[in-house]
Amino acid sequence: MKARQKRLVLIGLALVGVAGATTLALSALQSNISYFFSPSQIMASEHPTDAVFRVGGLVVPDSLARQTDGLTVHFNVTDNAAVVPVSYTGILPDLFSEGQGVVAKGRIGGDGVFYAEEVLAKHDESYMPPEVADTLQTAHVEHLIEQTTGSLKQ
Amino acid sequence: MIPELGHLALILALLLAIAQAGFPLIGSLTGHRPWMAMARPLAYGQLAFVAIAFAALADAFLISDFSVLYVSQHSNTLLPDIYKFSAVWGGHEGSLLLWALMLAGWGAAVATFSRNLPLPVVARVISVLGLVAIGFLLFMLLTSNPFERHFPVPPEGRDLNPLLQDFGLAVHPPMLYMGYVGFSVAFAFAIAALIGGKLDAAWARWSRPWTLVAWVFLTIGIALGSWWAYYELGWGGWWFWDPVENASLMPWLVGTALIHSLAVTEKRAAFKSWTVLLAISAFSLSLLGTFLVRSGVLTSVHAFATDPARGLFILIFLCLVIGGSLSLYAWRAPQVAEGGRFGLVSRESALLVNNLLFVAFTVLVLFGTLAPLIYEAFDLGKISVGFPWFNKMFLALAPFLALLLGIGPLARWKQDDPWRLTRLLKTAFVLSIAIMAIGNLPIVSGGAAWVPVGLALATWLVVAHLHLLRERLQHKQAGWPRALLADLGGNGRSFYAMVIAHLGVAVFIVGVTMVSNHEIEKDVRMSPGDSHELAGYRFEFLGARKVDGPNYIADQGHFLVYRGKRQVAELFPEKRAYLGGGMPMTEAAIDAGVFRDIYVSLGEGVGGGDWALRLYYKPYVRWIWMGAVLMALGGAIAVSDRRYRNARARRSAPAGVLDAKA
Repeated sequence: MKARQKRLVLIGLALVGVAGATTLALSALQSNISYFFSPSQIMASEHPTDAVFRVGGLVVPDSLARQTDGLTVHFNVTDNAAVVPVSYTGILPDLFSEGQGVVAKGRIGGDGVFYAEEVLAKHDESYMPPEVADTLQTAHVEHLIEQTTGSLKQ
Repeated sequence: MIPELGHLALILALLLAIAQAGFPLIGSLTGHRPWMAMARPLAYGQLAFVAIAFAALADAFLISDFSVLYVSQHSNTLLPDIYKFSAVWGGHEGSLLLWALMLAGWGAAVATFSRNLPLPVVARVISVLGLVAIGFLLFMLLTSNPFERHFPVPPEGRDLNPLLQDFGLAVHPPMLYMGYVGFSVAFAFAIAALIGGKLDAAWARWSRPWTLVAWVFLTIGIALGSWWAYYELGWGGWWFWDPVENASLMPWLVGTALIHSLAVTEKRAAFKSWTVLLAISAFSLSLLGTFLVRSGVLTSVHAFATDPARGLFILIFLCLVIGGSLSLYAWRAPQVAEGGRFGLVSRESALLVNNLLFVAFTVLVLFGTLAPLIYEAFDLGKISVGFPWFNKMFLALAPFLALLLGIGPLARWKQDDPWRLTRLLKTAFVLSIAIMAIGNLPIVSGGAAWVPVGLALATWLVVAHLHLLRERLQHKQAGWPRALLADLGGNGRSFYAMVIAHLGVAVFIVGVTMVSNHEIEKDVRMSPGDSHELAGYRFEFLGARKVDGPNYIADQGHFLVYRGKRQVAELFPEKRAYLGGGMPMTEAAIDAGVFRDIYVSLGEGVGGGDWALRLYYKPYVRWIWMGAVLMALGGAIAVSDRRYRNARARRSAPAGVLDAKA
């Protein structure tokens, strides 16, 4: 083989490799991403019913209840506008606490309860996942507008 | 007073960095020797001032000066002294200072160990390091000054994040940063070569040991991080494909490609432009890692509270570095002479494919890490990419890499005979197939298809490298023990270094394969006196009691672990509440072994002395880190190869003369 042909073979192989890797990466991506929804969006039924997704917000104070098996916990998550009940079986991360931000991954049941497969951990008390921070702000502002318009009507 | 001195020292270091970036470079372009000769003293000066700043901050921590905002946020009078010191880099500002200190340290090291290099090259390398230092010092002074004071002075600090109060995490960031920052030296050599327009084998030989040292530190840093996550976070995993982990993995992948490509450039003067591109990418990815960690644009378990101004600064810095170096590359690279030609079956081809695989994997990891940003930018929703995706990508590429790793080192440079290789690898192939058959037995594989594949690939690697050893030693006339000794004392070290590092890969493969497919994890609720069976081990819970630590109180569980009738371990996992910030933390208890770890972590008390807890059985998990240690050891031995020292000894006399004249 001449040098030129060799180079063509190598370039060809590289291209095939790149094309293969891209196809593989993108097709696998579709089944492995999980979207984020705020409690308000879930209330408005924007969430998928048959796929895993993430929900995030603040844990409503005094909503944490441990079930009799000792491993299942129930708590409510809010974005200050809507509330979603969450059920999780397993050990909660260290920094999980009421009134703090939380992100859980799982799917929603027919009973409207979000069954979490995973409650995401964080390493710093003061850290707020950006998705949660975004939805909290908007919900909070909308909530305020609602309140003020409500009081104006009175 | 001392914090102000530290601040002043930082400002002076910035001024020196500006001089360091300017004078030697201009001198090297105009041929003005005295200006070039300023490079070394300026590099030492910068190290001195950054070290003063670092010492000032360390002092503020050790005397608990809470009038310094950063100290009051990351320390506490109850903190043990060793963690008061490691708390210096426990937060954003301090870790940047550590980064700057290391950058200055690398600069001074280049100044010291470059006596054999031509002065213009040294001047340019140190100038480029000065440019990088300007970026980081400006960043620190403008957005993240660690010496900022605040009033009123709080009587007590907020405490260091308990997760960081641990030996593993006290040493993990310095190691990781040594690696990150070390790639700036490889980057500086590449840029210096581009500026000088001289990319040759000599350039590769100069930059090779530096790149290797950086790679060794990064390898150890990543392994330490993985080990720490395993024992400290109490969830038993060793890698999560978290954005911050990926940020450290990407420079490592490109760095690994780079050390292999540098070998080709040194030995065969080929791949020159490609090597430069890799050096630029490795450092750019280190910067990108910093950006991702510090800007908080991605959701990550590692993310700490952040400030958007900082993210913006690093983003601009990143664009300048990448844009600037790529423009320089585009301008200079076409002038680079073509390297040695090589055949389709040759060591060069094998290393080329190795490089392509590493780069492909880097691109995939980069894509997966940035996908949430891409989706958000196109308004496609807020997504996260799950770790199964990354695992899939890894499994799609890694086996090819392992296969190639058995062939490449046996192949000859320039041109090899495919039949010769086939003959050589026959035994390795047969043995691998045999192991695959054994691995496929249900008792070994447990029904997992990857177990036989992983074990076969590890066998393939080991046998191929044994062949390689035999090939090298059988041609020596003096008999193999003497040949081995001669090799180890002389120029042969890098060969054994390669074998050790590659065997590390085999050990790593075994660890990953076994632990991923055979680990068992169980969340249970136990009352005192309860027993639970897991993987042939019986865990007996004797109850929990309160214990006091230096700066925390803890519930300490007491477990006995039996295998059959025999007691194999006594474990004391803890759930701690830190007094400073009141943060809870799980301290898992692990009985470590070469072939398996047994792991208990306490969840929470659920009343009546009962606990929710997690039991793990982790076979071969240590092999993952042993593999990484072997890889790092290989890298370290390669650096000690006499080839690099000889070059120094030979050249030191004339370089000294030049210095004297200058």
